[in-house]
Amino acid sequence: MTVEIPSEKWSGSVRAVTLGAGDGGGTRTSTVTVGGQDGLPFLHFEAGMPNRPAVAVEVVDRYPDEWSPELLAAWGDDARDPAAWARKAVAAGAELVALKLRSCHPDQGDNGPEAAVATVQAVLAAVGVPLIVYGPGVAAKDNEVLVAVAEATKGEAIALANCEEKNYRTIVAAALGNGHLVVAQTPIDVNLSKQLNILISDMGLPLERVLVDPTTGALGYGLEYTYSVMERLRIAALMGDAMTQQPMVCTVGEESWRQKESRAPAGVPQDWGDFSLRSVLWETTTATTLMQAGADIVVLRHPRSIAAVQRAIAGLMDRSAKAGALTAAPAL
Amino acid sequence: MALSGLDIYKQLPKTNCKECGFPTCLAFAMKLAQKGTELSKCPYVTEETRAALDAAAAPPIRLVSIGVGERAVSVGNETVMFRHEKTFVHPPALMLRVADDATDLAARVELAGEYSVERVGMLLVLGGVVVENRSGDAATFAKAVAAVHAGAPGVPIVLMSPDPKAIEAGLGVVGAERPLIHAAMPSGWEAFATLAKRHNCPLVIRAASIDGLAELSALVTGAGVEDVVLDPSPAGAGDSLALFTQLRRLALKKNFRPLGYPIIAFAGAESVEDEVIAAAQAIAKYAGVIVLDHAEPALFYTLLTLCQNLYTDPQKPIQVEPKLYAVGTPGADSPLLITTNFSLTYFSVSGEVEASGKPCWLLVADADGLSVLTSWAAGKFDAVKIAKTVKESGLAEKLSHRKLVIPGHVAGLSGEVEEELPGWQIMVGPRDAVEIPSYLKTVWSAS
Repeated sequence: MTVEIPSEKWSGSVRAVTLGAGDGGGTRTSTVTVGGQDGLPFLHFEAGMPNRPAVAVEVVDRYPDEWSPELLAAWGDDARDPAAWARKAVAAGAELVALKLRSCHPDQGDNGPEAAVATVQAVLAAVGVPLIVYGPGVAAKDNEVLVAVAEATKGEAIALANCEEKNYRTIVAAALGNGHLVVAQTPIDVNLSKQLNILISDMGLPLERVLVDPTTGALGYGLEYTYSVMERLRIAALMGDAMTQQPMVCTVGEESWRQKESRAPAGVPQDWGDFSLRSVLWETTTATTLMQAGADIVVLRHPRSIAAVQRAIAGLMDRSAKAGALTAAPAL
Repeated sequence: MALSGLDIYKQLPKTNCKECGFPTCLAFAMKLAQKGTELSKCPYVTEETRAALDAAAAPPIRLVSIGVGERAVSVGNETVMFRHEKTFVHPPALMLRVADDATDLAARVELAGEYSVERVGMLLVLGGVVVENRSGDAATFAKAVAAVHAGAPGVPIVLMSPDPKAIEAGLGVVGAERPLIHAAMPSGWEAFATLAKRHNCPLVIRAASIDGLAELSALVTGAGVEDVVLDPSPAGAGDSLALFTQLRRLALKKNFRPLGYPIIAFAGAESVEDEVIAAAQAIAKYAGVIVLDHAEPALFYTLLTLCQNLYTDPQKPIQVEPKLYAVGTPGADSPLLITTNFSLTYFSVSGEVEASGKPCWLLVADADGLSVLTSWAAGKFDAVKIAKTVKESGLAEKLSHRKLVIPGHVAGLSGEVEEELPGWQIMVGPRDAVEIPSYLKTVWSAS
């Protein structure tokens, strides 16, 4: 019996977006291109997926003493120096460094743009991979420090984050004038995401320099909302809706590590299982599940999840594995 | 696949006799297609037509149940490729595998049987135990099956052996309790099909290709087996995703009956991380039964949570119980915040309050499970509801202050709430949960 396999051909595709610049602009020794696929994730039998999802690793510019003890133990003293931390992140498998300028937050040091620029330059000097740079998350300070960083690192093709409805003009202008990208973040909604992309594109920033962050819900904390919005965005992209065709970034580490499952070593039900293992599984599962929905970049925190997610990507990108001789079943 | 009204109309007598209560046969057919009436209302429909329409109305993926009694699991009957199209219906059964000659069998079986965890008001448990005939010996297998049956009473069982004699020995122990049999393969399938039919048990068919599975399916159903589970024997994560997607599409889009059955996935891996990855993929992408090899509560909890998430009906958001929640260990002078009982709203707010490190009282109002803005717009979260919730909470006795923080999105209600709650100071919190820590640190502290 020959069964005809139904395959799906789509008219649209995801835009390819490249982070980082080497020769003729920036100083990166490697760049990362995501997107470019013309089908649903990893369905190699019917669609092209020229670029694999990329793993970014979070590095913070101040010691994150509020983080889970598991993370602080994993990064050790390197978490006190962003350059050392970034080097260790790359050694752990980071293809991108997601640098957070938390020390510029009014409650966490209130550092100014000079300090932010110095930190970014130190990290650029320490590693060769491209950067995503996050402002402190307070609109006024985001504008101040991200503009200064954008100007001081002209040509490096850094992804400036986050670019939101309330500050997109400033962030897009900074990216436009200095050869950078933006991460357009909207709260779990297909139409809001489209709308922000329209606003950004109206300012003249080519969509080849726009990533979107659909807002991540961690496993157990809204994952299903993110999952479905991402599937809907991706299907819209493949059906040809030009304003949904951006690669998607998911801030998996930040979201999964602030949940009780990943923060509480004790005082939780015994059935939650071993704390060290559970917290890593929480991050890993959030990441790989969102990759099934179309995540192109996952931002992670723990070395064990970084390694696991890298193995998951390798497994899903392997086009050669095909069932050979039939065995009774995989043995225990 | 559902028939259209026109497809049904073609099979009706087309006499417009009106005895069904509809003015025309076409109107009746249209109503039938919407499942708004029953075919039996037509006195003139032939037996042949009835059989044909019944067959067409059967679900594209058969619902298969494993086990009997309270812990029995049913998988299949899914109707969509993506959960946002409607909803996923039957969460996959997560089953722990044990080898029949393993020394730790009793401990693993006990864990699989007793493991349970509560999440957002739902009790989540494993779906069963897979007994693998690793010893190759039928008597050892039967003994192990008996041990599983006694050690995890009522828990569904999968009998797994390439040897029909071992399966038969296992069925001698639990044959009346609908165990799932793994697996009939292209050579020697007959003995398995005979056993499945004799004991009225579901049967896994395993083949190395979709073509092979379709052939095997036709053979075993031809031999009288009704409940089938598919094992396409994938060679890795990418192959598994491709095969499971193709099987689901064939069933849903092509209404291809030979493959309209649930799928079984083997997620076992050397490391727990690799196992969680394989199982999570199987949960998102189309497995009905997932076999696990690590007897690890953290693995179970993670995967059961994922099942719960992805199998939630997108139209019916999960609610949390409306009541007073203590975040941290708040005292009489701790802040009091109010929000709604949409689970995501609650989790966002309680997560941020927890992250702030400042113990708080979080009062959750019954807003029909809607978010703050939606429930406000629907009139489910107004000044009267807020005041009533505060009064009924018994909070006044717990607090040394009379300050209530309302969500920034309903700032406009603060005057009305003040009128409803005389003596209280109404403070307007941030619109976004993520700003709560800094709000507590600055505005609250200064108040």
